[in-house]
Amino acid sequence: MNKANILLAGVGGQGIILASRIIGNTALMNSYDVKLSEVHGMAQRGGSVISSVKMGEKVYSPIIEKQEADIILAFEKLEALRWIEYLKPGGRMIINDQEIMPVSVTTGKDSYPEDIISRIKAHYDNTVCIDALKIARECGNIKVLNTVLIGLTASFMELGKEDRLKSIRELVPERFVEINIKAFERGYNYAKS
Amino acid sequence: MKRLMLGNEAIAWGAYEAGVTVASSYPGTPSTEITEHLAGCDEIYSEWSPNEKVSMEVVIGASIAGARAITAMKHVGLNVAADPLFTVSYTGINGGLVIVVADDPGMHSSQNEQDSRHYARAAKVPMLEPADSQECKDFIKMAFEISENFDTPVLIRLSTRVSHSLSSVELAEREDYKLKGYKKDFVKYVMMPAMARKRHLIVEKRMRDLKEFGENTELNRIEWENRSIGVISSGIAYQYAREAFPEASFLKLGMIYPLPEKMIADFAAGVDKLFVVEELEPFFEEQIKAMGIEVIGKERLPVTGELNVSIIREKLLGEKQSIDLPFEEKTPMRPPVMCPGCPHRATFHVLSKLKLTVTGDIGCYTLGALPPLEAVDTCICMGASIGMAHGMEKARGAEFRKKTVAVIGDSTFIHSGITGLIDVVYNKGNSMVIILDNSITGMTGHQDNPTTGFTIKGEPTVQVDLVKLCEAVGIRRVKVVDPFKLKEFERTVKEEIEADEPSVIIARRPCALLKKASYGGTVTIDSDLCINCKLCTAIACPAILDKGDHIEIDESLCNGCLLCVEKCPRNAIVKAGVENE
Repeated sequence: MNKANILLAGVGGQGIILASRIIGNTALMNSYDVKLSEVHGMAQRGGSVISSVKMGEKVYSPIIEKQEADIILAFEKLEALRWIEYLKPGGRMIINDQEIMPVSVTTGKDSYPEDIISRIKAHYDNTVCIDALKIARECGNIKVLNTVLIGLTASFMELGKEDRLKSIRELVPERFVEINIKAFERGYNYAKS
Repeated sequence: MKRLMLGNEAIAWGAYEAGVTVASSYPGTPSTEITEHLAGCDEIYSEWSPNEKVSMEVVIGASIAGARAITAMKHVGLNVAADPLFTVSYTGINGGLVIVVADDPGMHSSQNEQDSRHYARAAKVPMLEPADSQECKDFIKMAFEISENFDTPVLIRLSTRVSHSLSSVELAEREDYKLKGYKKDFVKYVMMPAMARKRHLIVEKRMRDLKEFGENTELNRIEWENRSIGVISSGIAYQYAREAFPEASFLKLGMIYPLPEKMIADFAAGVDKLFVVEELEPFFEEQIKAMGIEVIGKERLPVTGELNVSIIREKLLGEKQSIDLPFEEKTPMRPPVMCPGCPHRATFHVLSKLKLTVTGDIGCYTLGALPPLEAVDTCICMGASIGMAHGMEKARGAEFRKKTVAVIGDSTFIHSGITGLIDVVYNKGNSMVIILDNSITGMTGHQDNPTTGFTIKGEPTVQVDLVKLCEAVGIRRVKVVDPFKLKEFERTVKEEIEADEPSVIIARRPCALLKKASYGGTVTIDSDLCINCKLCTAIACPAILDKGDHIEIDESLCNGCLLCVEKCPRNAIVKAGVENE
């Protein structure tokens, strides 16, 4: 059994907690020891947030440390840049091609860094970029953005696809299951297309 | 069956399985989900009470009446509840009584990082500390047994990383707990000097008995491996240390007060070098050193912030991680912000514009201290804003008072703001108070409170009338205003602050994340009308982007609250005609 550390990074309100729980539950169904760490409370209010998913034969600390992440799933470009030192050398970087401006930028005090994706790609070979917001919109609801990203992440993992779909069914309200499965499939097939 | 569960949810399951029938709490990150999960159990009476002291008194009453009862709070909540805690330690219990306290090392969502383990020692109460979700559930059940076997309340200490981490938990059936009989026993339950003196002797004996228990309980365990290094640890720090020292021997403490001295001495004698790894204060270290045992702890590890595996490796093993990043620039920080449509944004925009001194309080609105609004001057604790404004007036006089305002949320006002307001009236103060009534306890994730008209289970109940409450304590000037009506709100603030008597403005508008806020339709800039005057940026909405030569509105963030429309002198902000999902 392989161990895997997945760091989800983004902005409070993007659906990061639900995404990490779907990945964590899938790992549990595959008999991994699993630990997740989440951020609740004040930091959630539009701030920079991360969630860790660690799986393996035995997991002690729930926290992913610098250079320990096998996969970073960044829901936003600036957050990809912010957390990149957590990526293991040779690790997989997944970036959602979306910009959310921090207040220092909206008020003109800072500028949003340019060319984030091409610069990351230049130094990190295993970088994949996706416009998940566009795909979510095509699926019919921008809120399934996180499920598109889970699908893409899953395509790089050894976990069974059936279990992942089962996790979605368990964790997502029934009336949203169908659209989420559609979003998952779009993400899952993205890297192959 | 195994389920992935938050530490907090596992605490609630443990209480459920232990046959708990009464739970009372006040929300506080990182403890809130415990009581929310308890509220989902039909077999348990649960409630949000006005503050932690009341919660504690409710569960003490339930325990003396014969039930197993639980309360959960954040570390600073235990300060509020400390008064009853110190005396229920003397009376002991009838039905089992467990108090859960969640510390916040690193202050993810708190105003200090106090170490609540000191309360166990100060109040002479045993304390347990779980290290993952399974232990959260198991320790709660054991805590109820300890409580009843030793006639004592039991503290459970959590920390953010245990409360808000998920790991797998094996579930069991609920115990069919029979209420203990109720018997009047004033020698045990009426703490007047004559009785309390007798009870104190019993408390001292109890602590000696608990120390003996600690030597043999499975809560404390030695994991013998390589004996060149031994580590004593507990809770989340144990998990970090276990990863940093995969080969070392461990003494893992589950009962962290009182300490098992014989076990510690035996462990120390069995290893060459002894480390104590604990977050925050040197709580174990000082007690172990007092036993005459040599240990390495806080001379190398920090007393501030959270620990992690890298810190332990670096400080105790000398293995420093070096990372070369190809990027040199600093990424712009992304601190938490008030949400688009937040009613507090309008309030602070006006207070900032009027350049008032603002005593602040605990809630989402504390964010009003950050740039660019920078309206809030102080934040100490729940309910502090009103007393502090009063103190400022008494120190600096009427002129200063006419530039000072206290702001406090609806839930916080009920928690402990009302006593401050009574102080103002009683002692002839003239403070102006703004109650930020957003119809919910916001920061902790939307809990009902006595002003919302609903219980924790969503049942309709009597709603505290804030206007009548303020009038009843002697405030004659009470105004209710919608802060989004910027001009009216500003005028009211100016009028009330000039008054030569205390006044209260209730700034009433629901939290933007509540369904009843019902904003609809995003807005956009009509570039033909916009003159780029940037007045709309003064409200610091995250959806309004200053692009230098023009203004843009991020439609994925805008929820159509229309506050910016109120600011625009040219009517250049118009409905986009696209429904935002």
